Amino acid sequence: MLMGVIWTGMILAAILFSCANGTTAEVGEAALEGAQAAVDLCLSIGGVMCLWCAVMELMRRCGIADALAKALRPVLRLLFPEAARHEDILRPLSANVSANLLGLGNAATPMGICAAKGMASLGDGVTATNELCRLVVLNTASIQLLPTTVAAIRAAAGAQQPFDILPAVWLSSAISVAVGLTAAYLMQRAAK
Amino acid sequence: MNVLLTLAVPLILAVVGICAVFGKADIFSSLTRGAAEGLMTVKDMFPALVVLFPAVYMLRASGAIDALAAFLQPLLSAFGIPAETVPLALLRPLSGGAATAAAADIIKTAGADSLAGRTAAVMMGSSETTFYVIAVYFGAAKIKKTRWAIPAALCADLAVFIASAVICRVMWG
Repeated sequence: MLMGVIWTGMILAAILFSCANGTTAEVGEAALEGAQAAVDLCLSIGGVMCLWCAVMELMRRCGIADALAKALRPVLRLLFPEAARHEDILRPLSANVSANLLGLGNAATPMGICAAKGMASLGDGVTATNELCRLVVLNTASIQLLPTTVAAIRAAAGAQQPFDILPAVWLSSAISVAVGLTAAYLMQRAAK
Repeated sequence: MNVLLTLAVPLILAVVGICAVFGKADIFSSLTRGAAEGLMTVKDMFPALVVLFPAVYMLRASGAIDALAAFLQPLLSAFGIPAETVPLALLRPLSGGAATAAAADIIKTAGADSLAGRTAAVMMGSSETTFYVIAVYFGAAKIKKTRWAIPAALCADLAVFIASAVICRVMWG
């Protein structure tokens, strides 16, 4: 529903501005051009996307994701002390963070939901606990090490080195996680 | 350093391959299965993109994005944020598809290696579709009172928007 409202709003804004700016001809053309551009984009990023998904599937199969999940446990114990006392929450939680780091979106969400359900069961079941808020904030901030879709889009647009944005992405992600967790902590303190 | 950068992709392939040999994984069938999944990812993205691209293109062609950017100009120039990235920042927490369409449009029109193109890529790569994630997690856990999860997540989104612009300006400006 929300998406429909946003989409309709975008179209209406375009029509209003085109009348005001006298760009109606361009807007009429842009509607059809945009649809074709979506096809072009999907075709031009297809190869890179498939290659990366292949590599990521191999990472998952050969145990890199599991090893990473194990290595993350001490950090997660600090961040989620209450949930970490329950092995059946800590296991999906570490798998969720590890899959997020490796960009295995399909594996991260079910594991994250499993951990979220476990955390919810530690509270009253209706109100988000502090740790559940923290988990959601961690998942809304991207911690993916290889942002493959955006690299594929850059490659299709003729970037010299599609992955040369990596250090910037890591730094920006780290800032985002730090700000999100700090904001959650401060709001938790203020709510007391 | 330059050699390492140019060989980054082949090196990642080699490292994962070696790990898989020692991990005794069935390398080739894992690769092909993953590639098939990649095709599914693109297939799943496609319907949303084909509907959202025209909306983004029309907004740009109408001059609405320029008007919004001009309106926000004083605020943007204070942080050195490229004006083109404003619609991306507004759409990012709401819809992954719309944000992909907006980012791809900036990267194509401004150039992949331009400052605006890089800033858009970094914003896109270091953020998530916040409201979608919140809906999925709290929906599945049947949580009604989300307390500070939404404001805290939006703080993180605002931080990404400003941080990626500043980082890109320092690295490539």
